Amino acid sequence: MKKEGEVRISSGCAISGIFCRDGRRITGEAIKKSIAVMHNRSNGLGGGFAAYGIYPQYKDYFALHIFYESQAAREETERFLDKRFDIINLSKIPVRQTPRISDAPLIWRYFITPLPHLLQDSQLDEDEYTSRATIRINDSITGAYVVSCGKDMGVFKAVGYPEDVADFYRIEEYEGYSWTAHGRYPTNTPGWWAGSHPFSLLDLTVVHNGEISSYDANRRAVEMYGYSCNLLTDTEVITYILDYLTRKQGLSLKECSEVIAAPFWTTISIKDEEEKKRLSYLRKMFSSFLITGPFSILVGFRGGMMALNDRLKLRSLVAAEKGNTVYFSSEEAAIRVIEENPDRIWAPRGGEAVIVTLDKEAGR
Amino acid sequence: MRRYRIRKDESCISCLRCVSECSFGAIEKGTDRSLVFHHDKCTDCQRCVSFCPTGAIYIMEDENRFRQNSVFREDDIREILLQAETGGVLLSSMGASGKSVPIYFDKLLLNASQVTNPSIDPLREPMETAVFLGQRPEGIQRDQNGNIVDNLPPHLELKTPIMFSAMSYGAISLNVHKALAAAAEELGTYWNTGEGGLHESLYPYKENTIVQVASGRFGVHGTYLNTAAAIEIKIGQGAKPGIGGHLTGKKIIGDVSKTRMVPEGLDAISPAPHHDIYSIEDLAQLVMSIKEATHYTKPVIVKAAAVHNIAPIASGIARSGADIISIDGYRGGTGAAPKRIRDNVGIPIELAIAAVDQRLREERIRDRVSIIASGGIRNSSDAVKAIALGADAVSIGTAALCALGCHICASCHTGRCAWGLATQDPVLTGRLDPEKGAARLVNLVNAWTREIKEIMGGMGINSIEALKGNRLALRGVDLNAKELEVLGIGYAGE
Repeated sequence: MKKEGEVRISSGCAISGIFCRDGRRITGEAIKKSIAVMHNRSNGLGGGFAAYGIYPQYKDYFALHIFYESQAAREETERFLDKRFDIINLSKIPVRQTPRISDAPLIWRYFITPLPHLLQDSQLDEDEYTSRATIRINDSITGAYVVSCGKDMGVFKAVGYPEDVADFYRIEEYEGYSWTAHGRYPTNTPGWWAGSHPFSLLDLTVVHNGEISSYDANRRAVEMYGYSCNLLTDTEVITYILDYLTRKQGLSLKECSEVIAAPFWTTISIKDEEEKKRLSYLRKMFSSFLITGPFSILVGFRGGMMALNDRLKLRSLVAAEKGNTVYFSSEEAAIRVIEENPDRIWAPRGGEAVIVTLDKEAGR
Repeated sequence: MRRYRIRKDESCISCLRCVSECSFGAIEKGTDRSLVFHHDKCTDCQRCVSFCPTGAIYIMEDENRFRQNSVFREDDIREILLQAETGGVLLSSMGASGKSVPIYFDKLLLNASQVTNPSIDPLREPMETAVFLGQRPEGIQRDQNGNIVDNLPPHLELKTPIMFSAMSYGAISLNVHKALAAAAEELGTYWNTGEGGLHESLYPYKENTIVQVASGRFGVHGTYLNTAAAIEIKIGQGAKPGIGGHLTGKKIIGDVSKTRMVPEGLDAISPAPHHDIYSIEDLAQLVMSIKEATHYTKPVIVKAAAVHNIAPIASGIARSGADIISIDGYRGGTGAAPKRIRDNVGIPIELAIAAVDQRLREERIRDRVSIIASGGIRNSSDAVKAIALGADAVSIGTAALCALGCHICASCHTGRCAWGLATQDPVLTGRLDPEKGAARLVNLVNAWTREIKEIMGGMGINSIEALKGNRLALRGVDLNAKELEVLGIGYAGE
């Protein structure tokens, strides 16, 4: 059977997110509890977590989480990294053996920073330099896969139910101000860890529930700009589109939401002149990045989180607030289990982005 | 040389309607209201059949056949005999008839949503078919307040991804132009003048008109260029790549002469190349000249025939400053072309779109230009497949003429079109009522648009831009590995 990346696999899912606007760091227990409620929305073939604010002692370095299928792949990747980066620290990511998680690859973590003279010669900024290096590893080193590569954040994912993945990675030992989680229900058994969510590039992580019908149009469009979609998953393509639009085109996340879940022309036509012009421009300029078909996504980024539904709201997505904490989930139950009495609970409309960021005074 | 045989049965009431309808002289009145059939003049245009009040007339393939062998077929023999008699180049019209060249559209199958994502009902949910054609800048700009500045060059806005192909006044009648223009206006799409200029009576349709500049420069003047939504530079035509045009002096009469700016009775000859474009940098100069002449307010389209190296040609066009590339495939129609050229030169539009779209993506300039595909688009599913292969929109010529009555007898080059389309004979052109014609064109395009929405909805796609280049929506059958590779699609079941 072909593994993920050789064949496109559709999947249903559960997603959940917790964001502490005051920058308060909480352990992974809550997010595990939340996603576990939606056990039957996944089928044991993929689960994962993204956490922000977990590496304060290394917050100025890029944190790489990497899967290796062999020692040879590790050696080759380390040689590759060593030539281009200063490796500040490296270690195996600590895991807890559990019978429900098997076939684990070698899982390593590196804190790195680009070698200054190479960075200067490359005429790139450090984000672009690092993202190119990681895309190159994924693209060209057999058996190596960079799971995440942002600063002060990391992705923990595996084949299994999300609550078991949480135990495996001991996520209760990490403390972050922002957490997202994913439980996957793919329509066949790829058994490849990299295929699980979250998907990430630099600080951006995406968990996604849905199957986009515009996939190949979006993939072929974003591949023009130097991305290569190795996994053939929707989440990967959404992540790259967001990276392209924010980092390379300079759009805000709200503007991104108006591109990928663009309002219908009929909606645009009743806006005031200024807004009509702005929204029409975004649709015309970035028409290849309109995403159709069902999706609900949680996008994690440095200091914030965005929740977004497709414009017809073909997937469930619930949001809630309690004090300084914001919750998102596929199901209300998954929020109630960790916050019984939220101040406010609502279902964001299709195409309406909910964006939360850290309060300024939080001092991050 | 007889090809068809005209027959009538006993229900004929000798009303002689067929005699007056036949423009080819195949049916004449004999003595005592009897009918005389000149079978050799019949083109099987079906005009008499359509108008016979009692259904008494039949046009059959003649049962007398040439003896064929495994090499020389009926048409080969007929053509040899004709050329031996006349010493001339064989003329033909409509699209190519290379029977062993596959129609790839028929070998592509579309996808639909099942279980893992929902199909969308176009009667209940919005389904968007609007397309914008034109250039896109590489990046956004913001003003000092951080607001996005509209830096998009002028675009064409189509309510449906179907437009009308270039057909010139001269090749077709003014009434056809009127019907196309009125239909384009009502549909919110565009019609194209072709190379014969724009009749003054059609100036009010300016917002929906694309004017063409071809190698003969017929009817090209400042007002012409500015009485349009876009200007198309015609380099080639799918039916006759590499060949110019020749409108006989017989058709250069009255308003045709005036509109084309060619003296009455003089042949209007379009040279094979533009004599000011011998290379790609010359094209860039013409594109810019036209933009200067129209004050950068209109997109410029460059139309080329699908030939072997269409991908690099398209790349060159994309870099010439053109906003839109129009590619006309092997099966594209014509009012007149040498038969050998029509049937043997160029490549099918399906392969051309796939190759061009892929090439422009590899060069990272696909988002910079838009692509219009034409040449053998017969129905809405052809249009959907063309867009999924990578076109932004399609244009239709022959299908539009069919809506106006054409029965594809492929005798346009005779100038005797019995349906009053490809002719300048005032008696014949009067047969098309432009208003009724426009209504039929509107019906056709609306019907196709409904079908496109239905197909898109089935695939769970609610906006046409999400279909563009979405090749996963396609699978092939009866295709070899190389064909699949060029088309960039998988085999059915894969």
